[in-house]
Amino acid sequence: MNKTKLSVKNLNLFYGDFQALKNIDLEVESNKITALIGPSGCGKSTFLKTLNRMNDLVENVKIEGKVTLDGEDVYNNIDVIKLRKRVGMVFQKPNPFPMSIYDNVAYGPRAHGIKRKSKLDEIVETSLKQAAIWDEVKDRLNQNALGLSGGQQQRLCIARALAVNPEVLLMDEPTSALDPIATQKIEELTEELKEKYTIVIVTHSMQQAGRISDNTAFFLLGEVIEFSETAKIFSNPEDKRTEDYITGRFG
Amino acid sequence: MRKFFDQELNKLQESLLKMGAMVEDVIDLAINSLINQDIKKAGEVIKLDDKVDDIEVEIEKKCLELIVLQQPRAKDLRKISSILKIITDLERIGDHGVNIAKITKKIGNEEFIKPLVDIPKMAELAKKMVKNSINSFLNEDIDLAKEVAIMDDEVDDIYESIYVELLEMLSENKDIMEQVTYLLFIGRYLERIGDHTTNICERIIYMVDGERMSY
Repeated sequence: MNKTKLSVKNLNLFYGDFQALKNIDLEVESNKITALIGPSGCGKSTFLKTLNRMNDLVENVKIEGKVTLDGEDVYNNIDVIKLRKRVGMVFQKPNPFPMSIYDNVAYGPRAHGIKRKSKLDEIVETSLKQAAIWDEVKDRLNQNALGLSGGQQQRLCIARALAVNPEVLLMDEPTSALDPIATQKIEELTEELKEKYTIVIVTHSMQQAGRISDNTAFFLLGEVIEFSETAKIFSNPEDKRTEDYITGRFG
Repeated sequence: MRKFFDQELNKLQESLLKMGAMVEDVIDLAINSLINQDIKKAGEVIKLDDKVDDIEVEIEKKCLELIVLQQPRAKDLRKISSILKIITDLERIGDHGVNIAKITKKIGNEEFIKPLVDIPKMAELAKKMVKNSINSFLNEDIDLAKEVAIMDDEVDDIYESIYVELLEMLSENKDIMEQVTYLLFIGRYLERIGDHTTNICERIIYMVDGERMSY
């Protein structure tokens, strides 16, 4: 086991009376891609959001247990803004802001107080390059981001997330709205990004989990049924429920 | 769930069963034509083996199709990958049957230097091993697979005693050198059939519970 980036211990989450996550124990390794798979409504996205406290604003939510980032308790004595700077997020549907490509990427750094044009230029360029979209947009940075294709918009969102120099990138089905070519670009990108970042990705595509992730967690009804190396999960899972799900014999 | 895929997988198993039965026939025919010095029957072995080769290609094609179209995972994947390996071993077993038949063609008209006792015994064992290995595949019967793998020791022992016996005969009479060599080859082919069958059993154990075993 490599160095642990995020450690989750005995995590329980309730939406009112409904328990969405049950006794989750999970270690996210540094500079690895961890995939979360499981049927709809099993708690994958909810779990993802607990990692940078995106659930805080949900009404009636109650969270128990411990999540630590590099040993630091995420739910105790931590500046949530700073936490979310360290743990960035990319969503299922590309959601660029209705502003220029440049301003989308510069939004985060500006919010964190960077004003100098040359510094912002540098961040924008580096982030777009890391997100493998620089060559496609470098001549039209001032154009509206909404004019980009879906795949480009998603890579722009990744660039926007990278612009604040996070340590962890949470991705919630980042390619489910994209065509196969755009999907492939994002998948290749994650492979490059894991050198610098730790990635946790929710995906409904088991092929995708197999292609890109190092470790896979199988969620079912709010529980982690099985968590291990991706190759192991897909070739010889321990639990019958995992086997049934990944071989399509579930239910 | 996955009705179509399960149907296809069943068809694949049936084809493997068919291939196994054909390979048993190859061994049977090869040994019978040897014992009865029936050169015509030996020729049939070669024709039957051509059919084994055809069905191997057919099964391989089906396996690759299922992999690319259905993306099998976990036990499904282990089953298909095992079938892919098993057919290679079965095909090799068929080839050894042909090797034996070719020798029959060469020595079919001369008198045996000794009555054949151990070679038919080995062939019987080898055939039983093939049959039981295919049964253990179909029933996912690991115990039977292990039993078959252990039977290989018996085949090896007989081969060893054939070897010693024939060399002794040879040391007393150099004129029988050619037939001794051919009979030794036949012993060796049967011994290899046992080895290939053991491989098949190892694959079955892996397929059923994901454990690697080596006999």
